[in-house]
Amino acid sequence: MSTTNEKRQEYRALFKNNVKKRLLVDKIVHIIIFAFVIIAIIPLGSILVEVFKNGITAISYEFLTATPGSIGSGDGGIGPAIQGTLIIIGLASLIGVPIGVMSGIFLSEYGDNRLARNVRFFNDVFMEFPSIVLGIFAFLVIVLILGHFSVWAGAFALALIMFPIVARTTEESLKMVPITYREAGTALGLKKWVITFRIVISAAKSGMITGILLSVSRIGGETAPLIMTILGSSQFFSGLDVPMDALPLRIWRLSLLPYESSQLQGWGAALVLIFIIIGINMAIRYHFANGNGIITRLIKQGVRTKR
Amino acid sequence: MTALSVSPPKITNSIDSEIPSSVFNEEKKFKMIAENVSVYYGNTMGVKNVTMKFPEKSVTALIGPSGCGKTTFLRCLNRMHDMTKNAKVEGKVMLDDIDLYDKSIDPIYHRRKVGMVFQKPNPFPTMSIYDNVVAGLKLNGVKDKRILDEIVEDSLKMAYLWDEVKNDLKKSAIELSGGQQQRLCIARALAIQPEVLLMDEPASALDPIATQKIEETIMELKKEYTIIIVTHNMQQAVRVSDYTGFMYLGELIEFRETKKLFTDPKNELTAKYVQGHFG
Repeated sequence: MSTTNEKRQEYRALFKNNVKKRLLVDKIVHIIIFAFVIIAIIPLGSILVEVFKNGITAISYEFLTATPGSIGSGDGGIGPAIQGTLIIIGLASLIGVPIGVMSGIFLSEYGDNRLARNVRFFNDVFMEFPSIVLGIFAFLVIVLILGHFSVWAGAFALALIMFPIVARTTEESLKMVPITYREAGTALGLKKWVITFRIVISAAKSGMITGILLSVSRIGGETAPLIMTILGSSQFFSGLDVPMDALPLRIWRLSLLPYESSQLQGWGAALVLIFIIIGINMAIRYHFANGNGIITRLIKQGVRTKR
Repeated sequence: MTALSVSPPKITNSIDSEIPSSVFNEEKKFKMIAENVSVYYGNTMGVKNVTMKFPEKSVTALIGPSGCGKTTFLRCLNRMHDMTKNAKVEGKVMLDDIDLYDKSIDPIYHRRKVGMVFQKPNPFPTMSIYDNVVAGLKLNGVKDKRILDEIVEDSLKMAYLWDEVKNDLKKSAIELSGGQQQRLCIARALAIQPEVLLMDEPASALDPIATQKIEETIMELKKEYTIIIVTHNMQQAVRVSDYTGFMYLGELIEFRETKKLFTDPKNELTAKYVQGHFG
């Protein structure tokens, strides 16, 4: 042993002198991190507060259910827009989520080859595409060819925004599942797709749901692609191949009007959109967080804390 | 420090030419035979030309220092290397009279005859105890509730876990302790009614009491199964196995009845290893 006792004493002395400084640095780093979190929260919080403050006065039963009144009158509501947003989110999810999930499975489980590497690269590029470009694309291939604006075109454009996000998050969450579960499944003589769908996906469920919700929130607020596809309407939903209203479109239209009453309605519509997105998020999380309902879950948690 | 300061011994006399024909005194029925098995990871050779015969209804232990290729070899026996991209296996693995590496066979079907228990307990986290045990059956299409119930009870009893969990089979598997989880994995492997059971250091992550339980399970199971167990623990090999193979640097150095290998090793390297001089 080359380290003598004297040397050890020396080292220890070094440590001691250092402690105060290190504690101080630790504190400073803590404060800096905390400060940045606050900075990040300020705009978010102030947006929410602003929307809430301005929008809450506009909200009434009539506002939530009626069709828009004449321009500038301050009458009517955003009923068609709420309905339209729910329809377009639902339709886009029906198209985008399965495609995204399947692509994610492909990238994660069968993704160790050249094709998958290329798919992954273009998927990432696609994810960052300006949404208006996708709107124009949908306009060209659906609206122009069919000759009219339609709900289908809107759902198609939003699904294009959605599936790269879902694919990427699905891939990432499937990759997080330890290989030992796949090995266990293989050793049980299970086929690969059974292992993937029955074991790996159930272990990766919460990550995948986060990704899906992220994409739902993203398309819920998209305006540009909708301008080119579903156009907007002041009537309730009347078919998938005609124009329809949606909240982002309505907010955009109302906020452009020079009347104070219209702008107030715009704030109200924005508040409703935020509530819808939060509501979808919470409902889906609640549904998938347990499989047996909240009571079983609480009991289980109780068991866990006791142990 | 003293034991480690001995430089790693070189393999002087290669595999005994008598092995494996003279390993067994009496005529045995062999459940599984590995013939000239080699495993390559890219250009590295993990297992070198190993030939081994595993007699029916007995426990064969594989021992050797870390990195000697015993786990790699074990994973050949149910074609687990199919999952590893760079691995390439050469040679034959005969299960009864079927070569598992024959191009015409379906590894998925034959894996059901060769159960495997892994080093770390790996119950499926989202499934209950019951569902874990029957996972291999249910996902292979067995639906009859009565049969499933029967197999769950039977398998858990064989794995010595039944008494501890019989009242909460619906509980999540990850709420069990580590030792219980490992016995659950044994039950899960047994539930598909395999003929051979491969165990990769099944007790290395467990405390002495859980280890003892697993060993009792193994002793009980060998009445019906052919068991091949990889272990770091030489005492464990002595306690549970009938035959022991000593591997070093990817080669099978010596393979004999356990008692003889530990008391009267023929090979110098084996002698050094079982006496604790290296490894």
